[in-house]
Amino acid sequence: MYRLGVDVGGTNTDAALLDPYLRVVHTVKVPTTTVVEDGIYQAIAKVVKESEIEKSNIGYAMLGTTHCTNAIVERKRLNKVGVIRIGKPATTSIPPFTDWPQDLRGEIEAGSMIVSGGYEFDGRLISQLNREEVSRFCREIKGTAESIAISGVFAPVNKEQEQVVAMWVREELGDIPISLSHEIGSIGLLERENATILNAALMTTGKAVINGFSKALKDIGIEAEMFFSQNDGTLMNKTYALRYPILTMGCGPTNSIRGSAHLSGLKDAIVLDVGGTTSDIGVLAKGFPRQSSLSVNIGGVNTNFRMPDILSIGLGGGTRIYEINENITVGPDSVGYEITKDSLIFGGEVLTASDIVTRLGYAFFDRTEQVKHLSEEFCNRVFEKMTEMLEDAIDQMKTSSKEVPLILSGGGSIIVSTSLKGVSEVIRPPHYDAANAIGAALGQVSGEIERIYSLSQMSREQAIQDARKLAAEEAMKAGADVNTISIVSVEDIPLAYLPGNALLIQVKAVGDLGINKEE
Amino acid sequence: MRLINEETIEKIAVGAAVLGTGGGGDPYIGKLMAKEAIRKYGPVRLLSVDELKDDQLVVPVSGMGAPTVTIEKIPSENEVTAPLEALEKVLGRKVDVVMPIEVGGINSLFPIIAAAKKGLPILDADAMGRAFPEAQMVTFHLDGFKPSPVTMADDKGNTVVIYPKDGVWSERLARVLTIEMGGSSSVCDYSLVGSDIKTSVIPHTLTLAEKIGEYLLDHKGKEQTGIQKMIEELKGYRLFEGKITDIDRRLSGGFTRGSASFEGIRDDHGRMFTVFFQNEHLVAKEGDRLLCSTPDLIAVLDAETGLPITTERMKYGARVLVVAFPCHEKWRTRKGIETAGPRYFGYDFDYKSVDELQKERGTCID
Repeated sequence: MYRLGVDVGGTNTDAALLDPYLRVVHTVKVPTTTVVEDGIYQAIAKVVKESEIEKSNIGYAMLGTTHCTNAIVERKRLNKVGVIRIGKPATTSIPPFTDWPQDLRGEIEAGSMIVSGGYEFDGRLISQLNREEVSRFCREIKGTAESIAISGVFAPVNKEQEQVVAMWVREELGDIPISLSHEIGSIGLLERENATILNAALMTTGKAVINGFSKALKDIGIEAEMFFSQNDGTLMNKTYALRYPILTMGCGPTNSIRGSAHLSGLKDAIVLDVGGTTSDIGVLAKGFPRQSSLSVNIGGVNTNFRMPDILSIGLGGGTRIYEINENITVGPDSVGYEITKDSLIFGGEVLTASDIVTRLGYAFFDRTEQVKHLSEEFCNRVFEKMTEMLEDAIDQMKTSSKEVPLILSGGGSIIVSTSLKGVSEVIRPPHYDAANAIGAALGQVSGEIERIYSLSQMSREQAIQDARKLAAEEAMKAGADVNTISIVSVEDIPLAYLPGNALLIQVKAVGDLGINKEE
Repeated sequence: MRLINEETIEKIAVGAAVLGTGGGGDPYIGKLMAKEAIRKYGPVRLLSVDELKDDQLVVPVSGMGAPTVTIEKIPSENEVTAPLEALEKVLGRKVDVVMPIEVGGINSLFPIIAAAKKGLPILDADAMGRAFPEAQMVTFHLDGFKPSPVTMADDKGNTVVIYPKDGVWSERLARVLTIEMGGSSSVCDYSLVGSDIKTSVIPHTLTLAEKIGEYLLDHKGKEQTGIQKMIEELKGYRLFEGKITDIDRRLSGGFTRGSASFEGIRDDHGRMFTVFFQNEHLVAKEGDRLLCSTPDLIAVLDAETGLPITTERMKYGARVLVVAFPCHEKWRTRKGIETAGPRYFGYDFDYKSVDELQKERGTCID
């Protein structure tokens, strides 16, 4: 079966077709449209037509989208959310929505309440639920709330109360979408609650994108199974995506790194994506992007989402070059997408990084005439400086002094030297400008769990074993072929200041879709 | 006397994370609680040590337990004030002033919540000048004061009074109760009158935390001017700039023990460093050479933002600047070193001050 990958970016919607051996058959680019579905439709139609692949041979269709991120950042197309926190009498000192930007809060909040309940870190009950509190709140928000977010103290350790409250809410309010915090985030109540609220607010937007993709496929006549890219580079199925649209956040950079990796055939490397304005450097470790250690702020709200660790520096194809009193300054400003108008090689008057490499004979061989007046010595000095900037940034992202391969992507990567300090080889794979869509098409599926184990009743090994099992189950739920599931990371962190032998264990399991082994 | 408002809290939270030397819990939750309390009850009066009257009763209010529990089971206002009320009942008199037991981490902000709710002033001082993991690691203990009576409360409405014979027993008993209470509790100990307080506390530390916060929040990019100002203010040293190449954490006696390895970057390119921690950063080395050790302070800062990173948040690949500051002179006495020096934490070497070590290293900034 063939795989179809679609990436909806801010400027372009890309589509890529991969054959059963995951080789790239064809890629296309069309402008992203206001009605996103139109762009998706056009991209798919184009790639199918141009590749001349039988539609019935396309078995899987994957979508990577920034739609949900944009909805939050732009404060548009968001649902009104009723928020129930289970935790009284604890947690009352910081109510839900504390530390949110006022405009976003105003857009989302239909009401919030802290009800009795919650668990201890070891799963012991703190207090019983109170049905009357939940019912009263439901009556208050009936008619205004379009979606419900429920978060309970230590729900990642024990999910029961969240599920019971969800049941009660359904009995009161009927068929309303409900987001449960234990399915979304890890330890850290406020950040997890925030992510849950954002998820609840994205129900309509998520549904529109998912159904749009579904409709585009149907209209073209492709009967493929649909999947959606998550921020960790793995996929979720339609049912899961409809319930957890927030998990699509940040899949762009992840797909770009994964796509570049696939095109180059490497599993461990540095990926350098050079655009017009910046160079983004990510790290590929065991086939996945290295995650940032910082929690992610989405539209002004702290969440506990993990995103790929990306270092951006102000150096791209359109970066302006200045010479003042013999001193060379590279950027940080850029002519950006105006490069095809403003730079010397395109007949403009601004000296850019692309002009420098053209003068040195590394790119735009047909345009050397426009820059032949530049001094070669000067250009060499600028090029050296640009190379140093990249080398320094690459070095910052490396975790050992060993030389590593560097994979290039992005249209601006012509400015990168073929020999860099600390880099074993520089690779520019074919189709590198559609790496995102290819990354989406490649996805595996994963399951992740994070919970605190009390070691009074079990050994550390038993606890880890249990966590591994749960993570594998999560991967299965997400659609992984049971025979291909492997545990890709296990992390255990003892809880500080507590001699009770409590251990926080995080495990991630990954599996294939059950087709087309990657190697 | 001046007032602590929401803006002051922002700054104190950052400074407290630096003085927390990697431990003491991420002040974020404490910051939100304190700001919420000030929004509700109004600004809090900050009393300097000179303004304190000899017969005023001063009570430290602090949180005990795992920060990982605190970020999930956020304490309520009542949980913070309950041990204070219990103590008033035991002593049969009203509390006049509250104070932080430690200026590092979340505990710097805990008493502000109590002060706001009870309408009490807070003392601009603490009993550590930094963060330490155990209850006896306070200047009160060094000066021979007893913690008893100690009052504790949890989120469920339980309150406990214990009369431990000394600071070490206070730590042992309170720690066990804290686990039963669900991994976190709030505590009042070492309630003392003004005349005693004046002889024992480390003064001006909340103001110091605020100043550090002001510098670092103002810190811009690679020039590291904010960090430089902070180092000057604290008479400290820049130890090295590096990236984390390895993190080793193990569970031992209820504490996160471990080490982080760093490879030098920029000016320190090609050199290797290690920081050893037990909740707090305790020892910094270059190769085998000692750079700084407890009770002097070691702070790990994000190289880009200048903001402090806790031991729990240190991750592979992070680029950091590691700085050190001299501790208060009380920690450099024989009893101070016995209580919180390298040997107490199980390191097999004698304490040498960071000032001496840096003089030997010859990279002194001041």
